[in-house]
Amino acid sequence: MATATLTTAHSQPLGRVSTGEPVLVRYALIAITFTFLGLFLLLPLAVVFVEAFREGIRAYFASFNDRAAWSAIKLTLLAAGIAVPLNLVFGLAASWSIAKFEFPGKSLLISLIDLPFAISPVISGLIYVLVFGMQGWLGPTLDALGIKVIFAVPGIVLATIFVTFPFIARELIPLMQEQGTDEEQAALSLGASGWQTFWRVTLPNIRWALLYGVILANARAMGEFGAVAVVSGSIRGKTNTLPLHIEILYNEYHTVAAFAVASLLALLALVTLAAKTAVEWRVHRQQVASLEPTSAEENPS
Amino acid sequence: MSIEVRKVSKTFGTYTALRDVSLRIASGELTALLGPSGSGKTTLLRIIAGLETPDLHPETSILFHDEDVSGRPVGERRVGFVFQHYALFRHMSVFENIAFGLRVRPRGERPAQAEIRDRVLRLLKLIQLEGFGNRYPSQLSGGQRQRVALARALAIEPKVLLLDEPFGALDAKVRKGLREWLRRLHDEIHLTSVLVTHDQEEALEVADRVVVMNQAKIEQFATPAEVFHQPASKFVMEFLGQVNVFQGRIHEGQAHLGTAAFDVAGPVGGQTGEATLYVRPHELDIARNSNCVPSLPGRVTRVHTAGPMARVTLLGVDGKDIFVDLTPQRFSELNLQPGETVYVSPRKVRVFSPDYQI
Repeated sequence: MATATLTTAHSQPLGRVSTGEPVLVRYALIAITFTFLGLFLLLPLAVVFVEAFREGIRAYFASFNDRAAWSAIKLTLLAAGIAVPLNLVFGLAASWSIAKFEFPGKSLLISLIDLPFAISPVISGLIYVLVFGMQGWLGPTLDALGIKVIFAVPGIVLATIFVTFPFIARELIPLMQEQGTDEEQAALSLGASGWQTFWRVTLPNIRWALLYGVILANARAMGEFGAVAVVSGSIRGKTNTLPLHIEILYNEYHTVAAFAVASLLALLALVTLAAKTAVEWRVHRQQVASLEPTSAEENPS
Repeated sequence: MSIEVRKVSKTFGTYTALRDVSLRIASGELTALLGPSGSGKTTLLRIIAGLETPDLHPETSILFHDEDVSGRPVGERRVGFVFQHYALFRHMSVFENIAFGLRVRPRGERPAQAEIRDRVLRLLKLIQLEGFGNRYPSQLSGGQRQRVALARALAIEPKVLLLDEPFGALDAKVRKGLREWLRRLHDEIHLTSVLVTHDQEEALEVADRVVVMNQAKIEQFATPAEVFHQPASKFVMEFLGQVNVFQGRIHEGQAHLGTAAFDVAGPVGGQTGEATLYVRPHELDIARNSNCVPSLPGRVTRVHTAGPMARVTLLGVDGKDIFVDLTPQRFSELNLQPGETVYVSPRKVRVFSPDYQI
């Protein structure tokens, strides 16, 4: 007990909240966390890079000097480039209506937005196959019109939109609910139009949460495997995204190439992580600033 | 600019916030809407502003300077609205907050940069926050934020100023200072203003006229002195300051309490029956013996002298507390001790009509 009290007294000047666990428990918990993260996260990440560079830098870059690899990169960028802006608009519209209006079916809408999180990505892919596939509802009609959705780029884009759909709305809804409509009402009472109110008041207030949502949605859009695998058909050079391309390379024993392309995705994850941390830091700094009012002269005289 | 509200009702689902309310506020006056929470005062203010629409009814209208503005949205009514929680734009500096209403005007009506700057600086001076233009709302205290909100509302040169519990979120000392300042400001600029508050002291101190509201209706609309000294209803009587309530009877124009009979202030209409009698603590006097004056006995239970008046609490024969406010002189003359039995005599007894007609 004496040790515990001593530790508490020591840790307080460092600005930490002490809950009073003995020092051993604390170090044990920290050690477990680090070991776990090391074994299950850092080690595999390191393996990706080690394997990618196993045959030297030349072999590494040679993996990208391939038509199929380039096509996969382009398709991935295309899918994310369409899915993320669409979900940005959708997320804004959904969170705006949920946070600022009252209407019947509101809680149903909130649950629906979460649907892609709740169901397996494979099912998400299958849904589209069942709707747009040749044996599906709309497949024959679309085929007659010469439109190919399944085993083609449109299907991949649709599946990507579906799985990334909740990210932005989920970030914005709680923030917009918390901020309420006071500032918008103030803007309107000062004579601003609806459009001016949106651009000058609403958007600046949610910009960091919006960016955070975009980062997460983008990471998922580029990394999605399951849903895309079902609708893509993995036609090399045509309907392969980066994750699918990696799988094919690996199955064909092109280990270096597989890991080289994987390292590209891993790099994307690291960049996303850095961007996310930067945004979080920014938001945290804003919150701290808003908690420190400088109480200069209070009473007007 | 006078404000007139005619036959306004507002329901939210099954809840009635306003029931057929009519009111005319004279130009240049500062009027307080006073009432407990849920009385409809904020809804009335928001309807005047155009932030809320009244229930559809052919006779309902809202007039500014005798001109019907019912159909106009909030942005076209030229009202300065001050929100309870300031509603400052958190990502804009104080300067930009105040300039907002000018910057969003259509190009043709927008003042030039230099003029906007001049006007904002004048307003900063008015609210005594010169040199605070570059700060952000989060760097200001509550009182300063509310003054910025007021300057932002004044920047659009509104025809009327509407304040929704403007000092509600501030601590007691700051709110007192700020409301005195608001009164002086009003005397300078003479803008027709409506202030919503649930604090009776604030309403009586600051306003030219007070609208006392209760349960979606106006109970009384009069000057502060009138609502305090001549309350129109039981509700106003009980809401404005503390009051002693006695159950007695009205007989031949007099109020009877136990064996004592008192004259009643105001007409009682020759009615007879059970009645509730109201006496304010400062309208009671205490004597050591009954001296043939109609009075009620009571035992002193508590004496509280930390204030401008000495508050004596007595236990009446019916087991209820009687509160008496005595001037310090009177209190020291009497030198009351807890436990003593004394006699209280009212100088003024009020009875409200619906009560004794039953």
